[in-house]
Amino acid sequence: MGVRRLNPVQPAQFAFTPENLAWASEVIAKYPEGKQASAIIPLLWRAQEQAGGWLPEPAIRLVCDMLGMAHIRGLEVATFYTMFQLSPVGTKLHVQVCGTTPCMLRGSRDLIAVCKSRIDEHAHTLNADGTASWEEVECIGVCANAPVVQIGKDTYEDLTPEQLNKIIDGFIAGKQPKAGSQIGRVASCPVSGPTTLTDPALYDGSTIGAWKKRFEETSGAPDKANETSPASPGGAAAPKPAPVHPAALTAMANAGLVKELEERSGGKALSAGELDKIKADMIRDRAIAGAAASRSVEPELLKAPRGGKADDFTLISGITADLRDKLGAMGIWHFDQIAKWTPQNVAWFEVQFDGFMGRVTRDKWIEQAQKLASGSRPESKAGKRPKG
Amino acid sequence: MLHDRDRIFRNIYGLHDVSLKGAMSRGVWDGTKFFIDKGHDYIIDEVKKSGLRGRGGAGFPTGLKWSFMPKADVRPSYLVINADESEPGSCKDREILRHDAHLMIEGALLASFAMRAHTCYVYVRGEYIREREALQRAIDEAYDAKLIGKNNVHGWDFDIFVHHGAGAYICGEETAMLESLEGKKGQPRLKPPFPANVGLYGAPTTINNVESIAVAGEILRRGSAWFAALGKPNNTGTKLFQISGHVERPCVVEEEMGIPLKELIDRHCGGIRGGWDNLLAVIPGGSSVRCITAEQAEAVTMDFDALGKLGSGLGTAAVIVMDKSTDIIGAIRRIAYFYKHESCGQCTPCREGTGWMWRVLERMERGEAEKREIDLLFDVTKQVEGHTICALGDAAAWPVQGLINNFRSVIEARIDDYQAKHSRMAAE
Repeated sequence: MGVRRLNPVQPAQFAFTPENLAWASEVIAKYPEGKQASAIIPLLWRAQEQAGGWLPEPAIRLVCDMLGMAHIRGLEVATFYTMFQLSPVGTKLHVQVCGTTPCMLRGSRDLIAVCKSRIDEHAHTLNADGTASWEEVECIGVCANAPVVQIGKDTYEDLTPEQLNKIIDGFIAGKQPKAGSQIGRVASCPVSGPTTLTDPALYDGSTIGAWKKRFEETSGAPDKANETSPASPGGAAAPKPAPVHPAALTAMANAGLVKELEERSGGKALSAGELDKIKADMIRDRAIAGAAASRSVEPELLKAPRGGKADDFTLISGITADLRDKLGAMGIWHFDQIAKWTPQNVAWFEVQFDGFMGRVTRDKWIEQAQKLASGSRPESKAGKRPKG
Repeated sequence: MLHDRDRIFRNIYGLHDVSLKGAMSRGVWDGTKFFIDKGHDYIIDEVKKSGLRGRGGAGFPTGLKWSFMPKADVRPSYLVINADESEPGSCKDREILRHDAHLMIEGALLASFAMRAHTCYVYVRGEYIREREALQRAIDEAYDAKLIGKNNVHGWDFDIFVHHGAGAYICGEETAMLESLEGKKGQPRLKPPFPANVGLYGAPTTINNVESIAVAGEILRRGSAWFAALGKPNNTGTKLFQISGHVERPCVVEEEMGIPLKELIDRHCGGIRGGWDNLLAVIPGGSSVRCITAEQAEAVTMDFDALGKLGSGLGTAAVIVMDKSTDIIGAIRRIAYFYKHESCGQCTPCREGTGWMWRVLERMERGEAEKREIDLLFDVTKQVEGHTICALGDAAAWPVQGLINNFRSVIEARIDDYQAKHSRMAAE
């Protein structure tokens, strides 16, 4: 990061044009009620465009006032994001030369030399008559067409120093040169023409509807056969302690197991490597313990709900209708069944339900089921999640 | 080689009609309703089975990421599409945004439906002004055709908004992106909580790269088995490769995952400038991965696992080629400067370390250093790596490590030259 300061000379005030004001209210409406601060970057950007390519301080204050933000928040944003020019730029052009390695390899240093000789020795400095300025920017994202400069909204690609000279001439003369590749390339296609996408069948409409065939052949249910049925809990095989996928680590952290993780680390500060190892061990241990538990400590399961009527599990916060049906298929119908679960039962359940690690505990199913079994009912239909 | 009919991005160069009508003639928005009617879980399951790994650099399995989203929550869910493509070497999302945007919009609807989200924000980097205009045009067309919006033909209310940044690489980091989208400085958040639990405006959020989202529709149409059969195990499907630097014809091209780097360059880029004997090094996945040597480049395949084994990475598949005319120290020094410039300043190891590494490399480029400083520099990269909130610290450390591992002799020779020259001057 660099130090970015506001220009010492600032205009007294700034006001949006009526068109820009109308535009601003449309932008603000993109974001939810109360989240209008989200619009700060687009609004500051529009202010910069209106002010002639740089962002005066009164504009920052105005935008903050429009969005109900403290001025300091706007100043933070304006100084953090480097596309906000904090001091005046050339009235006719401000050349942004990409200097990062892909452009450097193809000659961006020569382009910078052109800017230095044509505009000023120093970046962010106006030329003698104030019409032009330049800066070196970090990657513009046009790397396959390097070297490249951006002037205003457009990029000028595949440049040589001579071409850049001509482009600068064009802007100074008030005639904007044609944007894009300067050697006649089409976008990022190889200069000699495309090496791919030459099959005319892609473009004659013959691909439309071709996908339907797959579903006709398999009579509309191609995937049901692969799904394992949750209705056979007793025979579930013990999961192998496979190498732990990083995704599993994330899943676990998402499942609220941070506390357990902290216990395992013994409260020490850990390096990332140690942390990952502990996380990996934990998952493996849980899988193994869970698998062992699956054979020994199966909770009470019923063939059918007592009296033919199951309890409404959706009253438990964390259990959806979908999940309720799955529980039923396993033989779990009543609050009192869940209320009696021991930690071993929970482990058994988690083995049956792939991807459910930690949810029973996190959402406090047992605690909720105990309350519900005793006859109390939550105010909300979606259940009430216990605090803490 | 990948057959044209297996390519997903059929208008990546903009040679054909970019409008909705044109996109539909190439098969976009074909059967979208059918797949939505098959349900949330069907879509997630198909994407899981396709083996699609995120195309933004880290390669996290996309279907799995989608499955982390809560299925019932009082808070709204959000999809945020990461179009903050700023990694030096990467220039693929730009082509999708301006030429094949309908693929992404269709994918956004499918992904949002799968994750029970009704709102999607596309965060486009600030520099892509024409690109976000093109995207907005495509979105407007889709709204007009009732493909998206309230009461659309797909039966799932869905709004998609274009948001933009203003020049901060760090906003490509997913939690920094959320901060930025909330109107703050783009400084990454501590995790956990992960965005799937507490994301945009404190609500469940999934952040996906443009390319990951844009391939979703075609995966459903052609089937997960089709996608999974392309490429290599654990590295399935097709990928947009971006080749820049010292090749005869730099370009962006869609190829199969796991294509040999040599084939990629020879077939689509006309080879290395001056032939393969003239190759010095390749950065295979955008500026933040370690470079590989010419020898390694001859044999390596372009996938997450093969490049990972070399200590490098596929990243965004942005291949930066350097021939023997390159000053490798200078090239990496410029990357180090990039990270110094783009560090958000939140974590000390990164804020201070990136500047320190750059300053030392500036001297090493001239040879004005001591040989013991090479080890010191390596040691500092290790102190930055893994000690920061986000991966920018790692990204800054790895290129320098790649330089020292592969080109230590070049640095040493430069130091010797410098010292010989200056001791002679002192003696004279």
